[in-house]
Amino acid sequence: MICGQALASYGFRSIGLGERALPRADIAVCEQIVLIGSGVIWNLYLAALAVVMGFFFATALAVAKNTANPWYRKPAAWFIFVFRGSPLFIQFFFAYEAFVLLPRAGIDIPLGIATITAETGWLTKAWLGALIVLFLNTSAYSAEIFYGALRAVPSGEIEAANAFGMSGFSRFRRIIWPTLLRLAWPSYTNEAIFLFHATTLVFFSGFPAWRQQGDALYYASYFAQRTFNPFVPYPIAAIYFIACTILIILLFGAINRRLNRHIDPEFRARLRFRPQFMR
Amino acid sequence: MCADPKVLEGLSWFACYLTTPKHFQFYLSFLTVLALIFITAPFTLLLGFAGALATRSRFLPLRWIGTAYTSMVRGVPDIVFFLFVPIALDQVLEYARHRVLCPEVTDPVYRGNDFVVCAIAKLPLNSAPQWTHEIYGFALAIVAFSVVFGAFAANTIHGALSAVPREQLETARAFGLNERQTFRRIHLPQMWVYALPGLSNVWMILIKATPLLFLLGITDIVYWARELGGTKTSFFEYPHSDWRLWYFLVLLVFYLGLTSVSEKVFAALRRRVSRGQAVIGEIAEALR
Repeated sequence: MICGQALASYGFRSIGLGERALPRADIAVCEQIVLIGSGVIWNLYLAALAVVMGFFFATALAVAKNTANPWYRKPAAWFIFVFRGSPLFIQFFFAYEAFVLLPRAGIDIPLGIATITAETGWLTKAWLGALIVLFLNTSAYSAEIFYGALRAVPSGEIEAANAFGMSGFSRFRRIIWPTLLRLAWPSYTNEAIFLFHATTLVFFSGFPAWRQQGDALYYASYFAQRTFNPFVPYPIAAIYFIACTILIILLFGAINRRLNRHIDPEFRARLRFRPQFMR
Repeated sequence: MCADPKVLEGLSWFACYLTTPKHFQFYLSFLTVLALIFITAPFTLLLGFAGALATRSRFLPLRWIGTAYTSMVRGVPDIVFFLFVPIALDQVLEYARHRVLCPEVTDPVYRGNDFVVCAIAKLPLNSAPQWTHEIYGFALAIVAFSVVFGAFAANTIHGALSAVPREQLETARAFGLNERQTFRRIHLPQMWVYALPGLSNVWMILIKATPLLFLLGITDIVYWARELGGTKTSFFEYPHSDWRLWYFLVLLVFYLGLTSVSEKVFAALRRRVSRGQAVIGEIAEALR
């Protein structure tokens, strides 16, 4: 089998399985392909969890920004402004420094009968700390997209819902939300793609790669520094990213078709490449 | 007054602390960031136009190049290019000089885990003063930024050129304007209103990508924030604990200011270019 040896040693190196030491001298192309590929696990893990959790928080933020009550509207608008207006790179650094300053021993949270000790040490690790930053960041960008879509929901649909006696949550759940998603989906696809791309920043921005367990770009730059030849590792990483981007487009395209299944194909919004106010 | 920082207290300590030579280098590095933005922007626009026109070219190989260029930022993270382009460009230039300047050396340049060119092919030369190395590094960064954001801009401009109503161009041709005149007098001026929302986006991405200069080994604001904010023991003139959080807070506020000012400028510009066109602001907004 091609690359069998490298696959056995480094196939899951990025999550701590297999060979302990990274290849140093006489680096084979096989080892580069396998190790960079194993790093993709990190990118997928960070992007998937951040997007899924961010989706719900973003919906809440968008609704909050659209309410008349300033107690909800102002904090939501500020949250979105801060996370969209500043570079993700700086956000990572800032969050890391903030997490480092937390007491090392953990914070005791009294819950009446039992006391839970929150492991603050985990926050300085990429798997949790960077995930939190990515989650907040994608929530802000997605919330702005959802907010725009929320304002574009046809007033006729809302009037019809009112006429049927719907109000509050059921009106939102059954009428507004599906239309909002349908309108927002092409932009949201772009957001998911760029969030996936942004996961490459994690290990270059303060968060240390514990035991050299890093993402695809971490390993690619490791090889570029080792071999002094950038023309092999970076194109390998690029191919992995293109493949994953295509997968994301297929997945989100399928969801888009499902959201639009009652709409005449002529009038459906098409997926377009639009880098919306990116990080 | 600042001769003996040990005896200072409170406000005067801070006044002296914030005016050390290192802090002035920190303040100057904000100008480095602005310089990068303003130098890169015209190149970005130029490459964007080149890419968009190549994509629309009637000459097939040129169209392939244009399409490949505009597509490259869709699938691959920009950070990959920022890491790749400077080192790749450096090696390409050194290899070319190596071929020309020392033709007698026939060994391969990739030897073991090293990239070896003869001494006079180095860029810049080892004997060159420090500032040439810094300028060279900065120039490579500008090229990397221009290439990546040029691709973003090319996407936008290509979209904007296609968004101009076909009737406008047909009318121009009916009035007897030739292809070049149609492009210069009708197509290009009308394109801006469609391109501006996208271009303002590219500008924002460009601003928010500038901290990545740090990854290219340039002493930018991120470098100084880490350097100055780190814990200073009593061995230093101005001892303090870990203040990096506050330095990064300053950077955060700086970028928030920069993006919100840009947003206002672009809003004004958008009103300016929409004048006299049958496009209401809402439509231009929806197109982005």
